[in-house]
Amino acid sequence: MPHTDTALGAPAERLEGRQKVTGAARYAAEYPLPGRAHAWPVPAAVARGRVAEVDTSAARALPGVLAVLTPGDAPRLAEPEDATLAVLQEPRVPHRGWCVALVVAETPETARAAARLVRVRYDSEPYDVELTEDHPDAHEPDVANAGLPGRVEHGDPEGAFAAAPTRVDVAYRVPPLHNHPMEPHATTAHWDDDRLTVYTSSQGGTTARSVLAQMFELPEDHVTVVSEHVGGGFGSKGTPRPDLVLAAMAALRTARPVTLAYPRRYLPTVVGHRAPTLHRLRLGAAPDGRLTAVVHEVTTHTSRVKEFVEQAAVPARVMYATPNLRTVHRVVALDVPSPSWMRAPGESPGMYALESAVDELAEALGMDPIRLRIRNEPVHEPGTGKPFSSRHLVQCLREGARRFGWDERDPRPRSRREGPWLLGTGVAAATYPSSAVPATATARALPDGTFTVRINATDIGTGARTVLAQIAADTLGTALDRVRTEIGHSDLPPAWLAGGSTGTASWGWAVHDACADLAARLAAHTGPLPAEGLDAHADTAGKADAEVPYARHAFGAHFAEVAVDTVTGETRVRRLLGVFAAGHILNPRTARSQFTGGMIMGLGMALTESSTLDPAFGDFTECDLASYHVPANADVPAVEAHWIEEDDTHLNPMGAKGIGEIGIVGTAAAIGNAVHHATGVRCRELPLTPDRILAGLPAAG
Amino acid sequence: MNGFGYLRPATLQEAAEAYAAHPGARYLAGGTNLVDLMKLGVERPAFLVDVGRLPLDGIEELPDGSLRAGATVRNSDLAADPRVRDRYPALSQALLAGASGQLRNAATTGGNLLQRTRCPYFQDVGKPCNKRDPGSGCGALEGVHRDHAVLGHSEQCIATHPSDMAVALAALDARVELYGTDGTRDVPAADFHRLPGDHPERDSEIRPGEIVTGVLLPAATAGLPSAYRKARDRASYAFALASVAVVLRLADGVIEHVGLAFGGLAHKPWRARRAEEALRGAAPTPAALERAVDLELAAARPLGENAFKVPLARNLALDVLGRLTPAPAAV
Repeated sequence: MPHTDTALGAPAERLEGRQKVTGAARYAAEYPLPGRAHAWPVPAAVARGRVAEVDTSAARALPGVLAVLTPGDAPRLAEPEDATLAVLQEPRVPHRGWCVALVVAETPETARAAARLVRVRYDSEPYDVELTEDHPDAHEPDVANAGLPGRVEHGDPEGAFAAAPTRVDVAYRVPPLHNHPMEPHATTAHWDDDRLTVYTSSQGGTTARSVLAQMFELPEDHVTVVSEHVGGGFGSKGTPRPDLVLAAMAALRTARPVTLAYPRRYLPTVVGHRAPTLHRLRLGAAPDGRLTAVVHEVTTHTSRVKEFVEQAAVPARVMYATPNLRTVHRVVALDVPSPSWMRAPGESPGMYALESAVDELAEALGMDPIRLRIRNEPVHEPGTGKPFSSRHLVQCLREGARRFGWDERDPRPRSRREGPWLLGTGVAAATYPSSAVPATATARALPDGTFTVRINATDIGTGARTVLAQIAADTLGTALDRVRTEIGHSDLPPAWLAGGSTGTASWGWAVHDACADLAARLAAHTGPLPAEGLDAHADTAGKADAEVPYARHAFGAHFAEVAVDTVTGETRVRRLLGVFAAGHILNPRTARSQFTGGMIMGLGMALTESSTLDPAFGDFTECDLASYHVPANADVPAVEAHWIEEDDTHLNPMGAKGIGEIGIVGTAAAIGNAVHHATGVRCRELPLTPDRILAGLPAAG
Repeated sequence: MNGFGYLRPATLQEAAEAYAAHPGARYLAGGTNLVDLMKLGVERPAFLVDVGRLPLDGIEELPDGSLRAGATVRNSDLAADPRVRDRYPALSQALLAGASGQLRNAATTGGNLLQRTRCPYFQDVGKPCNKRDPGSGCGALEGVHRDHAVLGHSEQCIATHPSDMAVALAALDARVELYGTDGTRDVPAADFHRLPGDHPERDSEIRPGEIVTGVLLPAATAGLPSAYRKARDRASYAFALASVAVVLRLADGVIEHVGLAFGGLAHKPWRARRAEEALRGAAPTPAALERAVDLELAAARPLGENAFKVPLARNLALDVLGRLTPAPAAV
């Protein structure tokens, strides 16, 4: 077998890069099946109530309209586990924007025009979309998102806080946020007798298949799900969204292939959002900076459709040593769109609040914020008492400080000025769990010396396809260009979705095991390979999900330099620098893109992005990319990501931790801390838009 | 789909005649706003008269020293024109502060003036809006209005005009040239747009069927110091939270000429006549500038969420006025 340089750790280019930049890569709405029709949804125009009547006559009279599905006549489906998928099944309207009808027509333009002709009469009801800390309907859930306990507590947090010589008691607010991937949620569905094929923009085809099989009461092997290329998801395509079910229903009704590409304007209410979080942080410390009490209480909202609890108090269970800890969530069900996952759910808003409060504590103690963090570095994970499989937060802070030039910093706020600009720097830590879930894969050696690796993984732009090929090449001891990776199709061996930063660890594990097995078979094989090749199959059940006596997390440190314009309150980031410790980095090229992409999304969270729940109408005010402000190129300065290689043997065969989410964790806190350092203004509500900053600056003139 | 007729006329006269002959017609140029509004169902023209290729794409100097920019000159081209950059810097700066590079390459001078508000309620046919659907109410007044007007709004409408360019034109005493079946006319840019009053459906003083043929930049303000400044939620591709255009000439230590206009505050570019009056003939001391700007902004009626616009506009105006007047001699 030809020996090559190790493929793992090499900056391999994306295998599908050329296809993508030349437009050859097909996305879900781009499968021009013969006779394909197009669907357009009708969103509910009330925030709560019932559909009393749907008059479809004008819509159906429009030439080119094939069908209008309503709650009264849409195909009846089995009740799904995720209630957001029970679309057009009953007249109840749980929030504004909920789909109340679906038009199917020959062209998207006709479908859109007809959708406006659908007349819906509602029995509307009073509604409530406003989250407040003291909302009477707030309750404490047993379980928050990701199956984590709602409350973790030890010691005497109240007593210890009250007795602490230095105390910080602060409230932070993070608004609703939207993932807004470039490719909207889209599905092309096609029935062939009782067999259903869908091309869908999803982070996980295996789940999509089981959901469709369950809802349409089909054997799983009658459902084919293809997600070969996905234009971003950031969590919002983790599990199926209504487009999948609606397209399949529309195709069933019309006996035609149907594409539903959800219009951008309608996405904010139906594909999930990061729920707003109201934080109260209480930190008590001894004079030497040692934390004596950490209390993180989070209030958030969910919809009437399902309970989703953004687990924002969770990072305080991981970050700092304290004898007295309380982390607790409260949630209020309101008449709002259903929240869901958005890049680093829990950690992203939670670490904004915690790492801002730590900065406030450092100021109260008169202590350097890096020293304060190092002073509170735990030996065991505070929430569980488990040892860490590896933890290099201190090294990240020190390496970042060295690269950033932290030591030259004058800690006094408002100490640097350049004309109208106030300059400041800030630091914050990052953390994200490292886990894996079982997956299956096959590897095949062919007589021509090439290999095929098959697994129903999904590449949502992360580089998964490429890194899986690298893992295979490395395990097989062959060159990268001799490995073909097949992913994104439900005929392939099943694997879990791209979510929770588990993809590479989970899929890579199965690919590694299959390839290791294949390598062993090849070593034992004599003579030429049979024409059909030699196969090996792996299933990591029992391994990837085995209980381990370790707390496994990636860590990192963010450094930000900002300039705040004293005339306008506009904040511009000048530099962002992140240092991460995330196990073995398998592909520096795609890893850097993951880290810096997360950091830029964190910059957006800090400065520009927010969705406003309209108290008068109950939906989100920002419905397009002109009003939902993701950072423009002009907002994004020098962004650097570095890493510290870790040798952690308690993870997976690659020694890798997930890196898709940690980049966004802590970025907003670093920027907010830098804004405080620049201006002396502590703004505790995101985003840090000019109105909020200006309000804290002394008046001009 | 909603069908519509389409014609690309060769002359202004053909264009105006086609418009008159087709009820429900709209003029189309760059399409960067109208086409969006058609997709949203806000505009449903029965007929499009495409004036984008009329021979109105030149920038010419007139004998009196003024500069005429044709209605179909693209925003990018107008901003980059050396004469505009040299003589009317506020205009070039305002154009470059607007939209994105791609949009500026497509958007025209005439279309920029006639673009509609980006008020989210105007753009959502599922919500009330007196501008889109007179008599239906104002969604923004009940709902979210952080980005809305603080000056000159009415109970009918609190929308702002989104153009940056128009703010500079108002301050520069530019004139908007119009062609209609009744002939040609021109109106001061500062008076071209209107306040909402009881008819928010009318953005400007343009008459049905009239075509913007160009913008006249007068000799009187050519070469005067001028500047435009805009505050926004992100560094590019965002509408003004507030903006200001200032044109100013000093003579013998006093302000001889001043044009001051605000953007993002009202249903139209807000020409600050009271401030100008207070400044004319005055020495540009910080106190005089502040007094004048405060006099103008005393008329502001913020709506709660948008109260920040008043101090923001004040800061912007004082900053730009300060930059256009020499620093006080060191004592």
